Amino acid sequence: MSIRERLSGNEAVANAMRQINPDVVAAFPITPSTEVPQYFSTFVNNGKVDTEFVPVESEHSAMSACIGASSAGGRVMTATSANGLSLMWEMLYIAASLRLPIVMSCVNRAVSGPLNIHNDHSDSMGARDSGWIQLYGETNQEAYDNALMAIRIAEHKDVMLPVMNCYDGFITSHSIENIELLEDDKAKGFVGTYHPEHFLLNKKEPIAVGPLDVQPYLFEHKFQQAEAMRKAKDVILEVSEEFYKLTGRKYGLFEEYKMDDAEIAVVVLNSTAGTAKYTIDRLREKGVKAGLVKPRVFRPFPVTEIAESLKNCKAVAILDKCDSTNGAAGPLYTEVTSALYTTGITDVKTVAYTFGIGGRDVKSSDIEKVYTDLQEIVASGKVENPFRYLGLKG
Amino acid sequence: MSNLVEIRWHGRGGQGAKTASLLLADAAFNTGKYIQGFPEYGPERMGAPITAYNRISDEPITIHSNIYEPDYVVVVDDTLLEAVDVTAGLKEEGAIVINTTKTPEEVKGLLKGYKGKVCTIDAKTISIETLGKYFPNTPMLAAIVKVSGIMDEQDFLNDMVESFKHKFAKKPEVIDGNMAALKRSLEEVKGL
Repeated sequence: MSIRERLSGNEAVANAMRQINPDVVAAFPITPSTEVPQYFSTFVNNGKVDTEFVPVESEHSAMSACIGASSAGGRVMTATSANGLSLMWEMLYIAASLRLPIVMSCVNRAVSGPLNIHNDHSDSMGARDSGWIQLYGETNQEAYDNALMAIRIAEHKDVMLPVMNCYDGFITSHSIENIELLEDDKAKGFVGTYHPEHFLLNKKEPIAVGPLDVQPYLFEHKFQQAEAMRKAKDVILEVSEEFYKLTGRKYGLFEEYKMDDAEIAVVVLNSTAGTAKYTIDRLREKGVKAGLVKPRVFRPFPVTEIAESLKNCKAVAILDKCDSTNGAAGPLYTEVTSALYTTGITDVKTVAYTFGIGGRDVKSSDIEKVYTDLQEIVASGKVENPFRYLGLKG
Repeated sequence: MSNLVEIRWHGRGGQGAKTASLLLADAAFNTGKYIQGFPEYGPERMGAPITAYNRISDEPITIHSNIYEPDYVVVVDDTLLEAVDVTAGLKEEGAIVINTTKTPEEVKGLLKGYKGKVCTIDAKTISIETLGKYFPNTPMLAAIVKVSGIMDEQDFLNDMVESFKHKFAKKPEVIDGNMAALKRSLEEVKGL
């Protein structure tokens, strides 16, 4: 029996970390992720975990300490948001290229400026090519579940890459909702213990970590890193299947909602997907064949799988909670349309919406507007303007 | 999801509207419901208007927006009636409950023609007489339970004893006062 609880997303993730009991947590507070190390530090002080908690003086140092501890052979976790992630930038790439299975919660918040503490996806989306696996979660339940699964995915010998556990600032991080927690022994059994193959503190095998890597081999090492990211897809599915057997909660590369007969669909990440489900239920009552695809795994991107899921739709709207400021549309749109084209699917009409920037609230009526637009696109057979905004004041 | 109940709280920073919304979520959770409790985070300061929300349902809740068409509104400070459009979107078959010394008839004129049920409660007097200080959130919590009927009153009181024991583990002397505040408030809501 799982434990029925009501927790905020941050408290849920901190509890996952308590159950994981990592060797080292190094973190610097930044809204809205602050509560994760805050709750966790109480677990440290109360002796619930035996983690070495390193209260560093900046996020650059937080990630540096994580890299040091992970290189040494430790299981390592941290959390950040927005500008904190920005300050880690240099070290994000180093963590990934050193193949260190660090797990970090990225509590999504708008990157300055102007200064804004609220939710959008500009932080993690900016880091999408840093070599980290990225998982996205709709609810506090998914943030908690992903935290547990992230450890197993990161540390898998075919992967050995850091994982970013992304969920929406305030909307998920600070809202109290129902959640099912695993019992501590089950969670601990699931994550198991970490046995690194190569690590700095192994006196039987002296190794160098992070030396100069120039023309003869950097390309090959980067290829290995890319291969690990490709292999991560199968590992994520394996770990998710094991988690399903343990909890009954099913996770894949993405979630499909009412997609079996969907003629029009929305693709959107995180908490907005929940609002889309609510909206779909109402549209379905009126006979509208509306569906949703909610990517869970953005890195690696499930190219063929997502194209397969969307191929029978007449029109699809891809919603980005950040702007690539590329004069076109956001990263989710670019990836999804690229996936369709790559797999030879050219008869699905697509349209991009930038929405929810800086915490602009997303109402069910906003999502309904998108489905209405999609119906118009289907009726006319044309996409007049492929790059649109949703909820922007006129 | 016809059993979904949506509640919007209006208060001023420091009065405990956020805490009250979380306590209500807790109490409803403990009666087996699915719940959401969340404030609208803004530039909070002592005394500035703040909004908090609750969704309570027998089924899982997927929507994650703010609440625009609440079933119930709680106003923790009646000086907000002139500053904030507290009845915006409020369903007419719902109700508003206001912390004020005035009667429902006296405050109706400030509610922009709201046609639904208007309830009032003197949370200040109750709070000062039972707690010795002005903490309006405890009486307002009981008032919304009374007005909305979202849970059995005795279940609510039983649950609150437990949560106060937990919350005030280090100062148990305030538990009785808080329980007295809840019980009196359940009795003293006007306009039902």
